[in-house]
Amino acid sequence: MIEIRWHGRGGQGAKTASLLLADICFNTGKYVQGFPEYGPERMGAPLTAYNRISDEPIKVHCNIYEPDYVAVVDETLIDVQNVCKGLKEDGGLIVNSRKSPDDIRKKIPFFKGRIYTIDAMTISLDCMGKYFPNTPMLSAVVKTTGLMDEESFVRDMEKLYSKKFASNPKVIEGNMKALKRALKEVKGLE
Amino acid sequence: MIKDRLSGNEALAVAMRQIEPDVVAAYPITPSTEVPQYFSSFVSDGKVRTEFIPVESEHSAMSACVGASSAGARTMTATSANGLAYMWEVLYIAASSRLPIVMGVANRALSGPININCDHSDAYGARDSGWIQLYCENNQEVYDSALQAVKIAEHDMVKTPVMVCYDGFITSHAVENIELLEDEEVKNYVGKYCPKHHLLDSENPIAVGPLDVPAYYFEHKRNQAEGLKNAKKVIKDTGMAFLELTGRKYGFLEEYMTEDADICIVAMGSTAGTAKYVADMLRQKGIKAGVVKVRMFRPFPAEEIAYVLSRFKSVAVLDRAESFSDCGGALFLDVTSALYVHGKKVKVLNYIYGLGGRDVTTDDLEYVFNELCELKEGKEKTVLNYLGVRGEDNNAI
Repeated sequence: MIEIRWHGRGGQGAKTASLLLADICFNTGKYVQGFPEYGPERMGAPLTAYNRISDEPIKVHCNIYEPDYVAVVDETLIDVQNVCKGLKEDGGLIVNSRKSPDDIRKKIPFFKGRIYTIDAMTISLDCMGKYFPNTPMLSAVVKTTGLMDEESFVRDMEKLYSKKFASNPKVIEGNMKALKRALKEVKGLE
Repeated sequence: MIKDRLSGNEALAVAMRQIEPDVVAAYPITPSTEVPQYFSSFVSDGKVRTEFIPVESEHSAMSACVGASSAGARTMTATSANGLAYMWEVLYIAASSRLPIVMGVANRALSGPININCDHSDAYGARDSGWIQLYCENNQEVYDSALQAVKIAEHDMVKTPVMVCYDGFITSHAVENIELLEDEEVKNYVGKYCPKHHLLDSENPIAVGPLDVPAYYFEHKRNQAEGLKNAKKVIKDTGMAFLELTGRKYGFLEEYMTEDADICIVAMGSTAGTAKYVADMLRQKGIKAGVVKVRMFRPFPAEEIAYVLSRFKSVAVLDRAESFSDCGGALFLDVTSALYVHGKKVKVLNYIYGLGGRDVTTDDLEYVFNELCELKEGKEKTVLNYLGVRGEDNNAI
């Protein structure tokens, strides 16, 4: 079982990202959980969402305290909370940032695991004209976790977006462009 | 069979779409809001011919359900927490009028302090209202129980409303794998609702809800109790038929790894799943841990649970609500009274846990199993405990 914790701020779509990840992993035949931790919902307030992905039916229903991966949608959260809390040493931290993994590591020298960065802001603005970090983040998570092969990920997401944004082909195109570009721009891969 | 991934609320809404009741009357309240939200879009999109009544409060929601059900309509709704509390007087009227309404309850802590997250205080409060209460561990059980609830409620021997309870946010908002029946299969399974008596039957006029004087009231309540009693057989039979249809087994209780277990956790809702996970972990260390999940809380399967629990050396009953009795939670009291009445002597502890959405971790449940191990070996333990709350010496956060 792979466990992932998402950190984001209200309005950035970390919850949606966790549900999307559950969706695409479900399509590969896995057992999945995708769930947010609910509190007072405010734009900009820190929030957490979770994924479990397994080959077996999932019985456990609590939050995730020792994740294999942590995805940080908003890098300013690194300064206000310990996003690495409980993160396994052989796991990975994926941060939406322009910085390099080495620069991120300077902020969290105690974390010994792998660090990856993806510039979701630039990719999103270039491809979609707006700041939607979700799609590039999702690509980075798929790339770093190896949860599925890239080809079927691209194929699945195209299907999903085509259904979701059927009335707006431009949005589909922008998202797919961002998705493919992000797969190539993850920093920190060996 | 359709393989899908849905949240608990989606699962219930889909079940309602497939059941296609005559009337749904509902008022939104977190975390059950999505149920009437999804359902109203099914209505708008012409996917169901249900009369959807968007009322102005939960009191009106249940009142409209009572009206519709009295008129002979198959009727469903959903609510949570204070919404359920606001239905209070009408819950009793629905049950005593023997109206087979089915209601989803996404369990949420009752105010105050105000809180939107899960505990069972809302449904516990409605424990004595005369409704059947089924508690679900996950989304699959929400879907399956909603389908079965229609059959149970409408059965001639029962004629009693049913609450399908599932954990707010933990289940209502978590997306998980689920297996759905085809629309046609559900239609065939629930069948057409043909009540024997209803208000719109002008050939056979009846009165619903008149004053019941002391000369008759008691007999009516006695009769109502018989409906709940009969529900046991019907819930069992419905579960068996559902097993044949889907391969999924439902009864009063679910036993997990109990065959050779020494110690056992008794719980309702999503925590039963986490307890199973912890039991698996402990089994790898050679600890014979088991779990008994109570699915049917009302009517209470006293004889069955006494028999099952009598096999263990020590048992912990988990209650996700503080009943302020100073003698244990509601489930604990029912379990211990069942053991006493049926002459079974087992060491039992009670843990109040998870209030207002406090997460119930695997560590919490491992701690409980460890306490049960020590109790089994003869160590003295406090009977009434709180799990995962600050200020208790056992398990501070």
